[in-house]
Amino acid sequence: MLFHAFLFYTFAAVLIGAACGVIFSRNPVHAIMFLVLAFFQSAMLWLLAEAEFLAIVLVLVYVGAVMVLFLFVVMMLDINVEAIRRGMTRYASLGIAVALIMAFQLVQLIWLRSGTETLPGAFEAYPEGYSNTKALGSVLYTEHVYAFEIAAVVLLLAIVAAITLTMRKRPGLKVQNISAQVAVKAKDRIRVVKMNSEKKR
Amino acid sequence: MIGLQHYLTISAMLFVLSIAGIVINRRNLILLLMCIELMLLAVNFNFIAFSRHLGDDTGQVFVFFILTVAAAEAAIGLAILVVLFRNRRSINVQELNTMKG
Repeated sequence: MLFHAFLFYTFAAVLIGAACGVIFSRNPVHAIMFLVLAFFQSAMLWLLAEAEFLAIVLVLVYVGAVMVLFLFVVMMLDINVEAIRRGMTRYASLGIAVALIMAFQLVQLIWLRSGTETLPGAFEAYPEGYSNTKALGSVLYTEHVYAFEIAAVVLLLAIVAAITLTMRKRPGLKVQNISAQVAVKAKDRIRVVKMNSEKKR
Repeated sequence: MIGLQHYLTISAMLFVLSIAGIVINRRNLILLLMCIELMLLAVNFNFIAFSRHLGDDTGQVFVFFILTVAAAEAAIGLAILVVLFRNRRSINVQELNTMKG
C-alpha cells in the first residue's frame, strides 16, 4: 500500500509538472510534447485506480491520434511564435492569481470533511477475476447502446465536417469531370457520315 | 491510502492550471485548444474517481463518451484552425475581429 501511494504521488507530480509545461512553454511543439506526457501520466493514474480499459483508450486514442493531429497542424502551419508570445505576460499575473484562489478553495472543499468525519479510504478492490473491459462492455452495449450509436454519428459528423472545412478548389487545376465521362454516349464521340461510294477513276 | 479525495485534488489542480493557461495564452489558438483538452481530462478524472468510489461503472461509460466527443471537437477545431490560417495567415486571437460589426 505504501508503494501504491509512492507511485500515485510520483505520477501526480509529473502530471502537474507537465500541465505547467503545457501552459508556460514558449514553443507550441514543446507544449504538445508536455501534453502527451500529461495524458500518459493520467493513463498511469487511471491504471492505479483500476480503470484499465479507459487508461489504454486514453493512450491509444489521445496520445496516438489526437496529439499527433495537433502535432501535424502545428508543424504544417508556419506560425511566428515570438510575435504571438509577445503580449503573454500582461495577463499572466492575473491568471495565476485567479488560479491560485480557485485551487485553494477547491482543495479546501475537497478535504473539508477529513477532520470531522472518517475519511473515505482507498477504493474498494474489485473481486477476484473481475474484468474492467468486460464490465464496461456489458453496460455499454446494453444500457447505453443508444448513446453509443449517437457517439458513432458524432464521429462521422466530425469526419465529414473536417473534410468539408479543409477541402478547397484551386483555380487553374485540371481535374476529370467523372459524371460527364460516365454519361457520355457513343453518338457524342463518333460521327457516322453517310455518303455514296465513289467510282475509281 | 489513496482514495477519492486524492483523485479529486489532482483533478482540481489540473482544471485550475488549464484555466490559468487559457488566461495566459489567450493569443495562441492552438494553446487554447490544448488547454481545453486538459480541462476535459480533469473532468474525466472526477468521473473515474467517483465511479470507483461509488462502485458504479456508468461513470466510466461517461468518460468513454467524453473521449469520443473530445476527439471530434479536436478534429473540427483543428480543421477550423487550418482554414483560418489559410485565409488570414495568422492564428492570433486578437486579429480575429471581423465579426465585430
